Order: sequence, then C-alpha cells, then structure tokens
Amino acid sequence: MFRRRRSADDFAEEIKSHIEHETDDLQREGLNEEQARRRAKVEFGNAQAARERFYLKDCIAWINNLLRDLQFAIRQLARRPGFASIALLVLALGIGTSVAIFAFVDAALLEPLPYAHPDRVMSVSESDTSLPGWPLSYPDFLDWQAQNKSFSSLDIYTGSGYLLRTATGAEPVHGERVSGGFFHTLGVRPILGRDFNPGEDQPGGPNVTLLSYDAWVHRYGAQPDVVGRTIDLDNKPYTIIGVLPQSFTFALSGDAEFWVPINNLSSHEHSRTFYAFFGIARLRDGVTVQSAQSEIRGISQRLQQQYAITGHDLTASVTPFSEVVTGDVRPILLTLLGGAGLLLLIACINVGSLVLVRAENRRREIAVRGALGASPARLIKQFVTEGLVLALLGSVTGIFIAAALMRLLVHLVPKNMAAGMPFLNGVGLNAHTAAFTVAVALLAALLLAVTPMLRLSLRQLRIGLTDGDRGAAGQLWRRLGANLVIFELAIAVMLLAGAGLLGRSFYRLLHVPLGFEPSHLATADVSVPGSMYATSEQIVELYREVVRRATSLPGVESAGITSRLPVQCDCNTDGIRIVGRPYHGEHNEVDERHISANYLSTLKATLRRGRFFTEADDTSKPGVAVINQTLAQKYFPGQDPIGQSIANDEGGIPSVWQIVGVVDDVREGPLDAPVAPTEYFPMNQIGEHSFTLAVRTSQQASTLLPELVSTLHQINPDLGISNETTMIEKIDTTQAALLHRFSAWLVGGFAAMALILGVVGLYGVISYSVGQRTREIGVRMALGAQRGTVYSLVMRQAAWLTLTGLSIGLLCSLATSMLMRSLLFGVQAWDAATLICVSLLLGLASLAASFLPAHRAAKVNPVEALRAE
Amino acid sequence: MPSQTNPDDRVTLLQGTLDLLILKTLVLGACHGQGIARSILRQSEEAFFVDHGSLYLALQRLEDKKWISAKWGVSENNRKARFYSLTAKGRQQLAEKTNEWQRLTRAMGLILNGGPGTEEV
Repeated sequence: MFRRRRSADDFAEEIKSHIEHETDDLQREGLNEEQARRRAKVEFGNAQAARERFYLKDCIAWINNLLRDLQFAIRQLARRPGFASIALLVLALGIGTSVAIFAFVDAALLEPLPYAHPDRVMSVSESDTSLPGWPLSYPDFLDWQAQNKSFSSLDIYTGSGYLLRTATGAEPVHGERVSGGFFHTLGVRPILGRDFNPGEDQPGGPNVTLLSYDAWVHRYGAQPDVVGRTIDLDNKPYTIIGVLPQSFTFALSGDAEFWVPINNLSSHEHSRTFYAFFGIARLRDGVTVQSAQSEIRGISQRLQQQYAITGHDLTASVTPFSEVVTGDVRPILLTLLGGAGLLLLIACINVGSLVLVRAENRRREIAVRGALGASPARLIKQFVTEGLVLALLGSVTGIFIAAALMRLLVHLVPKNMAAGMPFLNGVGLNAHTAAFTVAVALLAALLLAVTPMLRLSLRQLRIGLTDGDRGAAGQLWRRLGANLVIFELAIAVMLLAGAGLLGRSFYRLLHVPLGFEPSHLATADVSVPGSMYATSEQIVELYREVVRRATSLPGVESAGITSRLPVQCDCNTDGIRIVGRPYHGEHNEVDERHISANYLSTLKATLRRGRFFTEADDTSKPGVAVINQTLAQKYFPGQDPIGQSIANDEGGIPSVWQIVGVVDDVREGPLDAPVAPTEYFPMNQIGEHSFTLAVRTSQQASTLLPELVSTLHQINPDLGISNETTMIEKIDTTQAALLHRFSAWLVGGFAAMALILGVVGLYGVISYSVGQRTREIGVRMALGAQRGTVYSLVMRQAAWLTLTGLSIGLLCSLATSMLMRSLLFGVQAWDAATLICVSLLLGLASLAASFLPAHRAAKVNPVEALRAE
Repeated sequence: MPSQTNPDDRVTLLQGTLDLLILKTLVLGACHGQGIARSILRQSEEAFFVDHGSLYLALQRLEDKKWISAKWGVSENNRKARFYSLTAKGRQQLAEKTNEWQRLTRAMGLILNGGPGTEEV
C-alpha cells in the first residue's frame, strides 16, 4: 500500500503515448494530422484530471481513509460516552500505574549510578557467615590496599557526626570520614576547589573538608569564595577545600554534608579487630568480580593467620556497589513491577472485552458494511483504527496519571529514608520511561485491535448477515468472554493474596513484642561538645542534670538516657567472654547499650531478676551489667546469671562486668530481625559524648518535644539537639516498617483496583450473557419457569466462572507468594487465613456483581422478551 | 469509428466490469492502453466507450493486484508504448470473474425473461 507504484511522470508519459497512437489511428482513417491530434485529445477527455486522480489515488487515498476511520472511531466512542470513559479510565490507570512503577525500577535498578564507569565500582567488606557486609578494620584496610592486584584503587568510608558552630549556636551535622582516594575511586571531581591531596589522610593530617552541594547552597549561599574558608566542627577549625557536584550522591552515607579525610583515628580504630570502615574499590580492567573476591579472600586469610585473629570466621566479599545500594528495595520494586504488570494486563483484558462486547453489538452493522462492498481488510482497518484511538487516548491520559503517581510516590517516601535512595531524584519521565510508555501503548493498541478480530473472523463477516443475532458466534463469545473473566479473576486473586500477605506481614511487624511500652515516650538525640565536658565527672554530671531537668517538666513521669534507642539496629555490638569459663576464641556477639539508671524503668521494661542500675553505679564502683533474657538463655542456660561476670575489651582495656539484673527482651534491633543477646552497661561508668534522652509523659508525647528541646538548651546552648521525635514515630519510620508499609499499601492499591476490574469484568460477561439469553429466559418463563429457577440459572454460570477463576488464582498465588517470600515477615507464603479471606472476599464480590444481571433476568417479561425478537 | 457524439447509444459500464473487459482483451496478447480501449469499443460494437482516464486508473489497479504486468516497449507503428499482459494470477481471475458474470447474467436473464422459479408480480 505504501509502495510508490509509478511516478506521475511515467503515467503522464503513457497518456501522451495513448494520444499519439490515437492520432496515428485517426490519421490512418483519413483525418489530417492537425484534426487527428485535436480529436484524439478531445476523445481522451480530461487528461489532467486523470493524472490528478492517479496522483491522489496513490498517496492521498489512504490518508483520506485513515482520517475517515479516525473520525468514525471518535464518533463511535463519543456515541457511547459510558463505554468510552470506562474503557479510557481503566486503560489510563493500567498504563499510568505501570509507567510510574517502571520509572522507579528504572531509576533504582537500570539507571547507572552517577560515577565514572559505575559497573566497575565495588563494595568491599569482610564477611561473616551471619553477616555478609561486615565492616573493615583500619589495619586490614591498609594491608588489603597494599597487597591486592585486582583493584586500581581501594578506599574506605565511615559515617560520623559533628557539632557545627553556627551563628545561632551548635548544630549537629552529618559528616562522612573517607580515605584520601575516595572521590578518585568513584570518579567524582569537585566542581569547586580541589579533591584531597595525597597525605592529607595520613594520621596527623590537616583538618580539611569537602562540602556537599546541598551544604554549599543551604549553609553558604552557594558563594564561590567558600573555598579556603575556615569552619568550626567539634570545636576544631576545618578548612573548606572544595564543593562536590550536585549530581553526586552516595547512598550509604545518606545526606552527609561534610566530607573529611580519615586522619584522626581513635584508639579503637587502630585495632585490627575493630571493624568500623566500609570499603569501596574500582576493579581493574579485565578483572572479574569473582577473581577479585578470591584474591581478597586469600589476603584476608593470610592476615588472620599472621595476626592470629580468632573468634570471627571472617572471609571477604566483593559486591558490585549498585547491588548494595538497591539491595533492600530490589525485591520490593520487582514485586511492585509484577503487580503493575498484572494490573495492566487486567486493564487491557477488561477494555478488550468491552470492545468485544461492542463488536458483538455491531455485528449487524459490520455485516451490512461487508455486504455493501467493504473488503475484510477495510473492516479490519476500521477496528485497528478504533483500537489505536482508544490506546492513544488511554496512553496520553495514562502519562498524566503516571506523572501524578510518581510525584505522590516520591513524597510517600519519608525524608530520612529518601536520603538512602538517591535514585529517587532520577524518577521521572525520561528516555527509558518514554520508551516503556510507547511499548506499553503499542501493546495495548495491539491487544485492543486484535481482540475484536478474534471475535469477527473473516468467515463470520460474511455469514453475519444471515446469522441473525445468535448461534455459533454467541457461543464462541460466551466461551472467550468467560475465559477472559476467569483469567481476570485469577489475577485478582493473585494480587489480593499478595496484598493480604504483605498487609499481614506489616501487621505482624507492628505487633511484634517490643518488650517495652512505646506510647507516651518523647525522645531527642543530644551531642555534647567534647571540649566543654572533658572529664568523666563533668559528663556524668551533665547526664544527671539532663535527667533531673527533664523529669521536672510538667506531666513527665520519668526520664532516662541511652546510647541508642530500641528498634533501630543491631549495631554497637560487643564481643564478650564469660568469666570463669574456658575461652577458645569463640566470638560471642551481643548488642551493647549504655543506659542511665532510670532508662529501663522509663521504657517500662520488665525486670526478671536482680535489679536495674542506680545512680550509685558510677566509675567509683566495680563494673555492673544488666543482660536481656536472650543473653541469659544463650550463655547461662539453666543457671542464675546474677552474680556471674562477663568480660570484654572496652576501648582496648580488658574489663569485667558483674551481672546484676536480667530484663525481659527489649527489641533493640529492627522489627523484622530476631532479638539479639543484649548487655546494658551503666552510662555513668562509660561516658559518651552523644546520647539519646527518652522521656515518659502522661500526656501526648509529641506536645512535649519543643519544651524538651528548650530545656536542654537552657542547660547549655552548645548542646546539639537533633531528631526530636516520639518513640512511636521512631518505630513507624524505621526502614523495616517503611518498606513493609510502602509495599503493603501499593500492592493493596493494585489489589483493590484488580478486584474492582475483575468484578466489573464478571458483571459485564454475566449481564451480556443474560442479554443474549433474554429470549431463552422468556421462553422458559412462558413455559412456567419460576423466578427462582432463573436466578439459579444465571447465578450458576457466575458461580462456575468465579470458582474456576478462584481456584486457578489460588494455585498461581501460591507460586507468586513463594517468589515474594523475602518480603514477608511472620507469615507463611501459604498462609491459609489470607487465602481463605481473599477467596471469601472475591467470591462475595463476584456474587454481588452477578446478582444484578440475575435480578434483571428474573424480571424479564416473557411477552416482551418474545416480542423483541 | 468512435461514436461518442451520441451518448445515448452507449451503455454505462457496470461496477467491476471494466476489469473483466481489460483482462479479456489481454487474453489474446500484450497490448497498450490505447489498443485496449479501441478493442473494447470495437468488440462491443461501440456500445462500451471506456473513459480513458478511468481505463488507465483501472490498468494501474490491476497492475497493483498483480493480475497484469506492464513494461515499456515500441509499438507496431514505432512509437513508445506501455504494454500490458496477463499474469497467471490474472488469467485465473479472468476465469473466475467470467464464470461469476455468466451466472449473474443467467440469473438476471431468468428473472427478467420470466424464467422458471420466478414469480411475476
């Protein structure tokens, strides 16, 4: 059709030849040349018109037809606004959702990280059987760096907090300590100033810092002369040497503002068994991840032998950095993408069956047009055009929905979590999402164009006119339409089951036993300037003052201090030994928390045996410890731990702690992790310069927060106060809770849409089939059938469809829930209660959807039904 | 001799019959457009006057359907002309269309002449 057949010149040439031949003939018949030529031209008629028709026929005709088809298609849609708007909405929602979710997947999993050759950037870590991403110790890092041949560079980083002196006082800020080649390894260059110079990361190196782009803009007004300026971090002067580019993000350090070289190591950090740094490296060209991993493992083993490291069974692991960044969200995103895909499929099927129903109603029209000479190709083109129009309008609307959804979803991710997901900045309509949208739209168009074709095979086009309204075609439709509905219901079951499982996981997660009472607790992090509280007496005095002032606030029942609040992480761990037992270098890893006297009672934790700490447990007394139930059971099975002692290596100094109390497990780690053995040491015996205040109030905790902050500032305006929030809020915004909530809500949304679409589809099929059988029902009723019989006739069909859909769906959902096992918490993939609930819900919804048509069928007036024929 | 001076003598070509006439004309051998037009006029005893514009569009249509093929050549009076000839597909079409046409004319004839199976109103 699009092949250019002949040039118009060639055609004109032929006409010229015709006239010459005619002239020759006429001359032979006796006319003179002049007459013959004139006569030949006259006889030919309007040669110009013929040429024009040739030209038009060639290139305009199909455009013309297309325009006519488009007009017709739009008129058809406009004539049935109900059908058109439902079809469009369903399609747009399906396309919009899948594009929006794809945008996330694209940003998180497909878009490369903003580094040079990001696929060569590796995360390097020590690795324990229980913990694959164990941090490195500083001496190990130096040895790995010196001995490896796989990496062109190897660097480390570790998170840090500073107190930044500002015009209004001290402000705790998030910094990151990195080794000198860190930015070089990532392939990132400062946009202003310079990178770290060699040697600046050696012990005793200068206090210099690079600024993040955000810090440069928000703290220093994006002034270019910021380089060279001196700022005050932790009461020490630091020179700003450069500003990092806006595009630079480093997920694992969140929103760090100050980047400082590691040149000031604490006494812990010098130890080969103090694991506090994370490695990042760039693979040399031609070196594979596996070979790098085996090399580093070899080095690690040699070092352990050389330094006789016992305890940890450590090896090393090398993982592409992109996997580390997206590790947590990858299964969720893939689940969501799967959900969105299923939803899109349901949407297309639904619209397809709507189109089908309409094609069915238009069989007469089509038959008539066929009889009047419209070729099958022409009729097919008409359907394709209608499908295209629908798909086009749906996609355009879908893009708007996608844009809105993306904005909504990005905002749903809380700020503290978004900092760890730098890819969220990249979510949007870009080349990838545009290509995806086009692909989805084409798929939808294809489906919508082909569906009526299935129904209207060419043979049927011919017989349609004689066939009347029923017959073989009706049966075919019933079978096809029914299959589509079964398919839809099955998908709805899968999505509902998925959402149910995720919802239950989330519920379980929020209802795991915490071991304390989280409501009515107000909390705030406090950073203490080391220069002002240098001695342990000074800092212990500060703790007491903080607790005393907080407790005297109106409505406050009690207050306590901890090094880290519960339900955050199984970090700040300690390796312990049991005094008086043989020790073979086994590694006994426990969570370590430093707490004040009233802390556990403020949490309302339950004391099992012994006692809590008192103010008297200070540096003048021997070390004491409270342990949790898990530690007691693990290390003192069948014994009374009270009076026993545990030993550790506190700051490089061997220390012994006598157990004075056992407390019921307080969940210190994440909600979805098993409770770790935990030891509590008195804050007064180990001074720390940053701590968290927890205050129990009889009123609403959030109302206390401003007062709490101002009280702390009254004690000393140079205290850095941050993260003031309630315990409930703190738990709700933990990574585990957020991820579970996010996925449960989104899949729940999909499931709700799938349920609606599935039920609408069922309603469509049942009411269509009732419409088809009106005459049959009329005859039955005329012959004396009761209304009850008619009800059961219709409902039986609906029940059959629903049951089939449900059973297939249940089988499939077993398979899909196995796939999303990693997202589940406290629920089995084959959780019977969820599956039963889903089946009941869908069954009831299906019955409701088919009741209406059944009711209509039972109301059929036999006389009218028969007369209508 | 063309007789387009009196249009009443001519019979309007029925839809689709022009194709059949062209195919039939080409059975005898390749021919150019003007020759086809002349041949139809002559053989129909001047009843069918083919509008030449339509003729060439029809030729193009048949060529598109690959029922006929065409190439430029030199005519008997030494002029350049585009010669058309039947393809195998065209030959088959001619047989089918002829058959169809004969059934149609027979049926028309039966009805118009009051043959068996028809009722006079």
